[in-house]
Amino acid sequence: MTAPVLDVANLEVAYRVRGVDRPVLRGVSMTVDRGESYGLVGESGCGKSTAALAVVRYLPRNGKVQGGSVAVAGRDVLALRGRELRGYQARTVSMVYQNPGTALNPALRVGSQVVEALTVLGAARGEARERAHEALARVQIADPAMVMHRYPHQLSGGMQQRVVIAMALAKDPALLILDEPTTGLDATVEAEVLDLVVHLQRELHTAVVFISHNLGVIARMCDRVGVLYAGRLVEEGPVEAVLHEPRHPYTVGLLRCIPRGGVRKDHGRLDTIPGFLPSLGARLDGCVFSDRCALADDRCRSEEPPLETVGPGHDARCFHHRRALELPRAEAEDLGRATVDRSGTPLVRFDGLGKVFRQHGHDVPALVEVAGAIWPGETLGLVGESGSGKTTLARALLGIVHPTAGRVELEGRVLAPRFQKRTRDELRALQIVFQNPDSALNRRHSVRRILLRALARLGEVSGDDAERRAAELAERVRLSERTLTQKPVQLSGGLKQRVAIARAFAGEPKLVVCDEPTSALDVSVQAAILNLLVELQAERGVSYLFISHDLGVVRYISDRIAVLYLGRLLELGLADRVFDGPHHPYTEALLSAVPTIDGGGRDRIRLAGDVPSASSPPSGCVFHTRCPRTLGRVCEESEPPLREVATGHLMRCHIPLEELRASQAQPAATPPAS
Amino acid sequence: MSAAESTAGAEARTARLERLRLLARSPTVVAGALIVLFWTVCALVPGLVAPHDPIFDNQFETNSRPTWEHPFGTDTNGRDILSRVLAGSRNVLTIAPAATLLGTVLGTLMGLVTGYFRGLVDDVAGRAIDAVMSLPLIVTAILIVTAIGTSGTWVVVVIIGLIFSPVVSRTVRAAVLAETELDYVQAARLRGERAPYIMFAEILPNVMSPVVVEFTVRLGYAIFTVASLTFIGFGVAPPSPDWAAQINQYYTFVDPYWWMTLFPALAIASLVVAVNLVADGIREAYER
Repeated sequence: MTAPVLDVANLEVAYRVRGVDRPVLRGVSMTVDRGESYGLVGESGCGKSTAALAVVRYLPRNGKVQGGSVAVAGRDVLALRGRELRGYQARTVSMVYQNPGTALNPALRVGSQVVEALTVLGAARGEARERAHEALARVQIADPAMVMHRYPHQLSGGMQQRVVIAMALAKDPALLILDEPTTGLDATVEAEVLDLVVHLQRELHTAVVFISHNLGVIARMCDRVGVLYAGRLVEEGPVEAVLHEPRHPYTVGLLRCIPRGGVRKDHGRLDTIPGFLPSLGARLDGCVFSDRCALADDRCRSEEPPLETVGPGHDARCFHHRRALELPRAEAEDLGRATVDRSGTPLVRFDGLGKVFRQHGHDVPALVEVAGAIWPGETLGLVGESGSGKTTLARALLGIVHPTAGRVELEGRVLAPRFQKRTRDELRALQIVFQNPDSALNRRHSVRRILLRALARLGEVSGDDAERRAAELAERVRLSERTLTQKPVQLSGGLKQRVAIARAFAGEPKLVVCDEPTSALDVSVQAAILNLLVELQAERGVSYLFISHDLGVVRYISDRIAVLYLGRLLELGLADRVFDGPHHPYTEALLSAVPTIDGGGRDRIRLAGDVPSASSPPSGCVFHTRCPRTLGRVCEESEPPLREVATGHLMRCHIPLEELRASQAQPAATPPAS
Repeated sequence: MSAAESTAGAEARTARLERLRLLARSPTVVAGALIVLFWTVCALVPGLVAPHDPIFDNQFETNSRPTWEHPFGTDTNGRDILSRVLAGSRNVLTIAPAATLLGTVLGTLMGLVTGYFRGLVDDVAGRAIDAVMSLPLIVTAILIVTAIGTSGTWVVVVIIGLIFSPVVSRTVRAAVLAETELDYVQAARLRGERAPYIMFAEILPNVMSPVVVEFTVRLGYAIFTVASLTFIGFGVAPPSPDWAAQINQYYTFVDPYWWMTLFPALAIASLVVAVNLVADGIREAYER
């Protein structure tokens, strides 16, 4: 057996913050062989990125390796200095970061950046140009010459990430580290990039470390996986074993937080992991997870469990690994549910909604004749790639975006298109929870002030009444009393989002727009926030318009789903119908792009190319350029009407439902070349 | 409540202390602050350190070079220049901070309004600000003073304040523009808040850092401007020991009576440099 490419042993890293060394990695060991793909998972703050930075010797100035060793291709990495270190970083390892937009220099053409990466490795100028061409062709860029001539901002996110990967692989590294490489990308683009990485790895036999918080991505990409918690590797083993037979309570908890396998809010609550990650550098006696573990006993709290072998190649750091799957649920399973009655007047109805933005003298239609309704107590999920008009639709309902056509009705009365012209009652009825609580909460105001002001404006209460209501509101979203006096910066992401939810509910809203409310949060926190939203809905009969790119989340929380593409409604129907099919070919492609933990099952369909420009949308059916099931001329020439294919199930497609049902039962044809 | 949250709280509280500590640890900031403090004390109680009466004419010791008795020499009236320099900061240290304060307050208001409303308001105000900023400061000041016919202390304060406000408003406007992009402003609008509440209660607290930085930076300029105006004869008149007035009085005799001009000039320089040292430190601490 040959030596592993990456061999990390007992690595300990600390960050020096205000004169104190705070340990971030506590004795992490792992090995990655040639051609192997190793996944590193865990929630934010558990040390994933620190581990990667230590391996490439790129720790921030206050980071220090305090013990252990790192060897790459047999070389002791921690002993490298000066020229040797630069040589190692230039030739042996490569790292791809989350945001390709910041990894590329915006002022230089893509070509010269790739060429520079090659000349650093010693290639002559002319030869470097040729090899840059090859490198871009290798990452399946169709027209390398054209891409080389462009500036990074002229490329889509997926294309930028391909360029970054091409540069990372140009040196034929022994070890490639990918740190959340697809996190900011749409599911369809993510699928393409992941396919590419798999393909290249097979070809080059590089050792890959893949860092992600997304267990679905890890399941798709990796051979082995390590689960980090508070700087400790708590479980490690083959992906199949770890994800399907987890033996550490943390892994078990993490997997239970994720809405998957078609679970819906009416099947029950999502489980969560109680408590919080220990603060950076806290002293931990015993098992790092004991504070939050329902199986923990006195031994767990005083004695650190060793990494025990629990299966072939499968290790877990838990005294109770045999009972890990019996971990009691943190959340009661039952959940009261209000049923949705769709016989009366809808709460909100929108009809023929259109919005045209003017950009650089061009008309860019962001919404085209979108119609729909939301009934009291139901959740309408909005899905689609970025640029599909999800947010524009939500903002048009709120009156932030002024629609250029169509109208919005609230309980049968037409609403003014601009929120400034709406009455206080109408403002109160429609509220929003934003994606990023850091931006949504005023960082100079205390939580108490935020809630009191919302109560004064929307609830029309003041004085002692308001104080009492604020306390109730805080309690309802499970914020402790102490939180009221704190400012947002003092709170964790999940707590901040609870404050934002409390604020939206200050005036008994009828519809709350949730614009990706959990995508900035870790999965355990996400589960708690989703549970809260579902509880509030069951209790108060509020409706949600829920936007998310995470289809598992959308399916969990939505009663009905609307699928948008280039500002057009392609499909609208009950969540189960839309997800289980027969569905629109676009919905089919979106669903098949999502990497799932359970994998398999669905045949993978890949959409070719990028979303066409909204300023000059394709003729006929707007989706025909990427549609794997296109019928040819009819799709190119005439736009299909939005037909009711079954009760309450609308679809915009020329293919009859029966045909879709039959073809979707079998594997799809390969998509046409773009 | 968990450990994670309580440390988050402690960290937020220490952020402000951290900034102060950063300032206190910088030798340039400390040196600058000490010099400013020294001149402030001199302005408040000139008799405390001055060895002689700054306006007492001594006919027997006119035009004396620096000696042990008069380290900075004496002037044409035999007055002790050291004493006059020590007493000469009062004028500058009244007008400059007052003018800067006025300019900062006005500028912040303009910045909030133009940054929040944008559109036509911003376009119109923006061009007006461009026009004001294109005028040479001193010449404009002379023009205004001449036009209104008086040059009392408060006239100078108002003129400098008005001329500074557009510069401040530019900086504040940029910060306000960034803030209005944030969702909390949108949330405030969606609960029906009026513009003044959003500007003053929501946005203003978040743009205080640039305002503070702008104040300290402008203060340095203001001192220099006040000195320049006094030099050309606005503000105070002899026998007041004002630095710039002294320079104005004696610069024609620089050869051979160099000490009469040099020491007041050094005093102005020391104050301007000191204020800028502090300003640099504050800017660094706030913009980190």
